Amino acid sequence: MQTENIVQLKDISVTFDGETVLDNLSLDIKDKEFITFLGPSGCGKTTTLRLIAGFLEPDTGDVIFEGKKINGVPAYKRQVNTIFQRYALFPHLNVYENVAFGLRVKKLPNDQIKEKVTEMLKLVNLSGLEKRSIDTLSGGQQQRVAIARAIANHPKVLLLDEPLAALDLKLRKDMQKELKKIQEQLGITFIFVTHDQEEALTMSDRVVVMDGGKIQQVGTPQDIYNEPQNAFVADFIGESNIVDGVMLKDYYVEFSGAKFDCLDKGFEMNELVDVVVRPEDVDIVPVDKGMLTGVVTSVSFLGVHYEIIVDIGGFKWMIQTTDEHFVDDKVGLYIEPDAIHIMKKSEYSGLYGDYSSYSEEIDHLSDPEEVAE
Amino acid sequence: MKALSRLYIALILFFLYAPVLVMIFFSFNSSSSVWVFEGFSLDWYLSLISNSTMLGALKHTLVIAVLSAVISTVLGTAAAVGIMAIRSKLANKLIMATTNIPMMNADIVTGISLMFLFVFVGKLIGLSESLGFVTVLIAHITFNLPYVILSVLPKLKQTDANLHEAALDLGCTPVKAFFKVILPSISTGIATGMIMAFTLSLDDFVISYFTCGDYQTLPIIIYNMTKKSVTPDTYALSTLIFIVIFLLLIFYNMVSSKAERKAAKRRF
Repeated sequence: MQTENIVQLKDISVTFDGETVLDNLSLDIKDKEFITFLGPSGCGKTTTLRLIAGFLEPDTGDVIFEGKKINGVPAYKRQVNTIFQRYALFPHLNVYENVAFGLRVKKLPNDQIKEKVTEMLKLVNLSGLEKRSIDTLSGGQQQRVAIARAIANHPKVLLLDEPLAALDLKLRKDMQKELKKIQEQLGITFIFVTHDQEEALTMSDRVVVMDGGKIQQVGTPQDIYNEPQNAFVADFIGESNIVDGVMLKDYYVEFSGAKFDCLDKGFEMNELVDVVVRPEDVDIVPVDKGMLTGVVTSVSFLGVHYEIIVDIGGFKWMIQTTDEHFVDDKVGLYIEPDAIHIMKKSEYSGLYGDYSSYSEEIDHLSDPEEVAE
Repeated sequence: MKALSRLYIALILFFLYAPVLVMIFFSFNSSSSVWVFEGFSLDWYLSLISNSTMLGALKHTLVIAVLSAVISTVLGTAAAVGIMAIRSKLANKLIMATTNIPMMNADIVTGISLMFLFVFVGKLIGLSESLGFVTVLIAHITFNLPYVILSVLPKLKQTDANLHEAALDLGCTPVKAFFKVILPSISTGIATGMIMAFTLSLDDFVISYFTCGDYQTLPIIIYNMTKKSVTPDTYALSTLIFIVIFLLLIFYNMVSSKAERKAAKRRF
C-alpha cells in the first residue's frame, strides 16, 4: 500500500442553520486505500463525502486533492465520482447510455465510448443488458449500473454513499465482496460511507468512526474492534460490556469489586478508566473458580451461540457462550488478561455498555432504519 | 338500480352534449334557417373558407395560441425550477399564492385590470392605440402561466434530487445537467402544460375581449357575428373549434395517463 495522501481534509467545520455538522475535522486519505466512514445517522459522514465530491463547501478548513487545495472547484471539474444511495440512474436513458453518460459529456468518439462501456459492463457482470431500460432492472442490477457509470470516467477516487443500504442481506454480502474485488482490480481509492459496522469491518483497509461531527477513531478494522479509543467506539462496533474501573498500577486494574491482570499501561496511579470486555471473551465457570460471580437473568439462543445476561452487583453483563445456561443459575466469570481493554474516560463514559435495559426487541426497534442525514 | 344509474348518466351526458350536437347538426343545414333542417350541405363550411374576416381572426387566434403557449411554457418551466430551489417555506407559499391569482381570479376582473394597465402604460409611453397584438399576447401568457407551473412542478418534485448531482458528478455543468437530465424527466409535465395553455388560449373570450383592440380573435368575431343575426356559418366555425379542442383533450389525456403509468412502473 502506497502512503501518498490523495485526499486531505484540514480543520473542516460545517454548520447548517446554526447546527454544527462537522466540527474541526482533519483526516488524511491514502492513495489506493479502501476507507470507510462509519457512524450513526447524523454523525456527519455523508456531509464529509459531499465535501470531497464538491456538492458542499466547508465553512472553514481546506479540502486538498493530490496536494492542491480544491475549495471552490465545482463538482464537475473534480476527478472523483460518486455512487449515490438510491443510485440516481437516469430514467430516460437505457443501461448503455447511463454508463456512457460521462464519456459523452467528455465528447469521446463513439467507438471509444462503445469499447469503454462494454468493458465496464463486463466488469460489473451486466454484459448483454445494454439495451434494457432502467425500470426493468432489479435493485442489484441497478446498483451495478451505478458502479459502471461512476468508474467509466476513470475517477482517482470513488465515493460511495451507503450504496448497499437498499439491498437485501444476501445480495448485500455478495456486493460487498464484489466491490472489494473491483477496488483491487482498478487500484483506485474508495471512500465508503455506511452505518453498518459489519460492512465496514469486512471491506475496509481503514475505518473512520464518526459521531457528532467528530472523528472518534481511525484505524484498521482490527484496531477499531480490539483497541477502541472510547466507550462510543466500543459500543458502536460489536457488543461490549463497559464498566467503571480504577487503574491501580501498570498492568493491574480493579472493576466490579475484583482486581485483574491486564495488558494496558501508561495510566496514572488510581486513574479512573472505562474497562471494555467483549461478550465472547468471557468464560463461564463454576462459582468457586470465578473471578466474578453473578446470576443469569436472561438467555436467548442465536444459533451459533447463546447470548446470556448476567447480573453482577447490579450491572448487567452480556456474555456469548456455546454452553447452555438457565435463568437464575449462579455462575462464575473468568476473564483472561488479554480480553480486558482499558480506555481513558471520555464524554461517552457511562452512556454505553450496560445491558440492563437490553432486550432483542428494543435492539431491533432502534436499528437505524437508514435515512439521509 | 344499475339501470337507473345508467339512465342517470345518459341524461347527464344528453343535457351536456345536446346543444353541441344540435349545433353540429345544423351546421350541415342547406338553408339558413336555424330551426328547420332542409337538407345536408357543406355550404356553410365553404362560405366560412371564403370569409376573409373569419380567416383573419382564425389566423390571429392561432398565432396568439401558439406564441402564448410556447412563451408561457418556457417561462413557467423556468419558474417551476426556481420555485423548487426556494428553501424558505414562507417564500414558497407566497410565490405559489401569487402565481395562482390569475387562475383563481374572475376572468372579467383579470381582463379589465389588464386593459387598464395596458392603456395606462400605453399613454405613458405615448402610444395612440395601446391595445393590440402585444397586449393580447401578454394577457394570454399571464393566464397560461399558472397552468404550466402547476403541471411542471409535480414532475419536478417526483424527480430524484440526486439526478442533478449525478450529472454534475459525471462532468456536466449545471446548465448542461438541466438540459440533459432534468428536462427529459419532466418532459411530460411540460407537454401537458403546453397543450393546456394552447387550449385555454384558443377559446378565451373574456380576457381577449378587453385586451385585443383591433387584433380580434375568433371568439370575439363569433360574438360580433351573433350580435347581428345568427347564421349557420357560426355553427360551422364552432363545430370546427369544438373538434380541434376535443382532439387536443384526448391527446392531453393520453400523454398524462402514459406518464402516470410510467411513474407507477418506476415505483415497482
